[in-house]
Amino acid sequence: MSNLQLFWYILIGVLFAGFFFLEGFDFGVGMSVKTLAHNEKEEDQLIETIGPVWDGNEVWLVTAGGAMFASFPYWYASLFSGYYLILLLVLVGLIIRGVSFEFRHHMPADKRWIWGWTLSIGSLIVPFCFGLLFTSLVQGMPINANGDLSATFTDYVNPLSIVGGVALTLLSYLHGLNYISLKTTGPIRTRARNYAQALYGVAYVGLAAFAILLYFNTDFFEVRLTSTVIFLALMIILTVVANLALFKGKETTAFLASGLTLVSLVALLFTGLFPRLIISSISPEYDLLIENASSSPYTLKIMSFVAIGLLPFVLGYTIWSYYIFRKRIKHTNVAGY
Amino acid sequence: MDIVTLARIQFAMTTVFHYFFVPFSIGTGLVVAIMETLYVTKKDEFYKKMAKFWGNIFLLSFAVGVVTGLIQEFQFGMNWSEYSRFMGDIFGAPLAVEALLAFFLESTFLGLWMFTWDKVSPKLHVVFMWLVFVGSMMSAFWILVANSFMQHPVGYTINNGRAEMNDFVALVTNPKVMYEFSHVIAGAITLGGIAVAGMAAFRLLKKDSLTELSRTVYQKSLRVGLWVGLVGSVAVLAAGDFQMKAMLETQPMKFAAAEGLYEDSEDPAAWTLVAWMNEKEKERVFGIEVPYVLSILSYHELSGSVDGMNTINERLIEEYGERNYFPPVNALFWNFRVMAGFGMLMLMVSIVGLFFTRKKKPILYEKPWMLWIVALTTFAPFLANTAGWLLTELGRYPWTAYGLFTIEESVSPNVSATSLLISNISYFTLFTILGSVMVYLVIRTLKKGPDVLEAAEHEEPTIDPFAGGAFNE
Repeated sequence: MSNLQLFWYILIGVLFAGFFFLEGFDFGVGMSVKTLAHNEKEEDQLIETIGPVWDGNEVWLVTAGGAMFASFPYWYASLFSGYYLILLLVLVGLIIRGVSFEFRHHMPADKRWIWGWTLSIGSLIVPFCFGLLFTSLVQGMPINANGDLSATFTDYVNPLSIVGGVALTLLSYLHGLNYISLKTTGPIRTRARNYAQALYGVAYVGLAAFAILLYFNTDFFEVRLTSTVIFLALMIILTVVANLALFKGKETTAFLASGLTLVSLVALLFTGLFPRLIISSISPEYDLLIENASSSPYTLKIMSFVAIGLLPFVLGYTIWSYYIFRKRIKHTNVAGY
Repeated sequence: MDIVTLARIQFAMTTVFHYFFVPFSIGTGLVVAIMETLYVTKKDEFYKKMAKFWGNIFLLSFAVGVVTGLIQEFQFGMNWSEYSRFMGDIFGAPLAVEALLAFFLESTFLGLWMFTWDKVSPKLHVVFMWLVFVGSMMSAFWILVANSFMQHPVGYTINNGRAEMNDFVALVTNPKVMYEFSHVIAGAITLGGIAVAGMAAFRLLKKDSLTELSRTVYQKSLRVGLWVGLVGSVAVLAAGDFQMKAMLETQPMKFAAAEGLYEDSEDPAAWTLVAWMNEKEKERVFGIEVPYVLSILSYHELSGSVDGMNTINERLIEEYGERNYFPPVNALFWNFRVMAGFGMLMLMVSIVGLFFTRKKKPILYEKPWMLWIVALTTFAPFLANTAGWLLTELGRYPWTAYGLFTIEESVSPNVSATSLLISNISYFTLFTILGSVMVYLVIRTLKKGPDVLEAAEHEEPTIDPFAGGAFNE
């Protein structure tokens, strides 16, 4: 494995981690629109908290996909064709959710509720499907010598992957609730905190189930014991930290901790998978590896220059934009979107 | 149906639908940026209302464009995994650059633009819109780098059973890129201008129901739109001319099919205005020809013959082996004529429209039949843009990357026809809904007009974002 291959594997992990940290709370806020808000004005208030930033956050996923295509085309090809229907669902979710903001804004008052629902449902589908995808992937999938993945229903949907899907959805929801209490004023802020407090109980059970199923269904504890234990522990510690911070009213800490929980999850999966990209359940010799699935050294080199040159600018103006929108959305002054 | 056909239907359906909104948002984005710039330079609130009003339609189009674009990135892996394996080393790079360079820029500054009206200085605010426009241009550039490779591969070697990049600069400076880029951007700008002018004309037809403000907004918009349309359509024509000549050299089969030529032409070559071809018997059923014109179009000279498809077919068989090289001839022939015909129409409507709306004697506003012509032209750029892409992509047949890899070889072997059918039905259903809602909301926005929007605005004092703490209470 060359350094460039390693660099791109890490970069893709970082892009997915960034995606779940940022878009994670967008999904949570999206789900909250139909579960937390009591009236349309509160829905407007919630949507306004992510209005200016959600589209940029989604680009992290687009970039992760593009980076995968550019640096590990065999991975991209096997994964996307192999997870066909799940990714179709992801797309449907992203589409109905992505248009909701504008459509809801321009709809006549009596039809706005439709696009509130599509926003919530879309925001639920996507993290669930990604959780399902990654946690079924790490169990090994039937790929043949050509890298073609032809799996059956239970390869995709099994206890670990269902718990994985629910866990990612729940963590995104909690992350969203923490974001809401950080970004709003008024009754919705208190309600978000109460919801989160209650749900953290469920999260502990979910994390325990996840850890146990991970032990029985993957080889993570055999091949990557240290990192697996560390990142699992981190997920639990960060969840406790978020929970306690919320209890003490430290909203920023709670938000950062729930975001880092998602980051730890991605780190857990990416280190456990390493140095494989897709584990073949047919035969170890069909494993798709970082070493044999990448682009040529030339392409990786060019793309490294591009990424290293551009990322600082992207991060710069993204942070600036968050700085501009740092103000809380007041319940007394909702412009709505 | 077999998986290749289903995957091709999906590619056609998703790209065509996506491409209604791409040039729409690039073009209207430019129009809005121009209007807001007029507001900043003239300090006239009127232009701000105009920019905000058309900004609403731009935002609707942008939203649908973004979500349908997601499908494009996913479908290469989902439906065309063999293509992704063979081409990923080259094809993935421009897509990743596009995301890093363009998508982040577009979406971040669009968010800033939408939510900082009256909160930052007007001068800074208009910069946000221009950055969105720059972002969309860069996005177009990089995706066309990828497409240009498919049409005319450069900067690669065949190694390890796949195409590998060996010259990034060659990939970017592929002559096809500049032709495609200028043609596509000019086409998008034309669309933005003509669509804004046309939609304004629709509203001006109901002038009795319009307030003074609305009428002025629509009249001004019509002129701004026609100016943009004029500049755009002249540029389209020039870029198209270059592109035709490049096509004659690099993709002669596409060129000959677009002209419906089975046999080599005479010298000088006559141009066929309309024709119908029998694709089975490989012969022309009928056609109306204009002498000399094809020589002029192809070589800018009064002489010179053009090879017909039969000749080119033999050459291709010799070079690449036995295979069907004939693209769908009638489709190419007619898409070319739809594109060029509507292009000419838009150019004429722009010139004549600008003449009859000049300050001295703006009679166009008084004559419903003239307004109707401008109004109906709204649809022309959508048809022209779509026809242009159908010509380009159908004419690539039988290749996904010209001379390197065929469509048959490209499809995902592990995806079943059932899966493809499910996704085709899902997309079709979604597109029907999105398309209808989009049209409904654009009409609704137009009917509400600029003054209603203004009434709904809420006032907030201007804040300088560079002054620390200004946003925190």
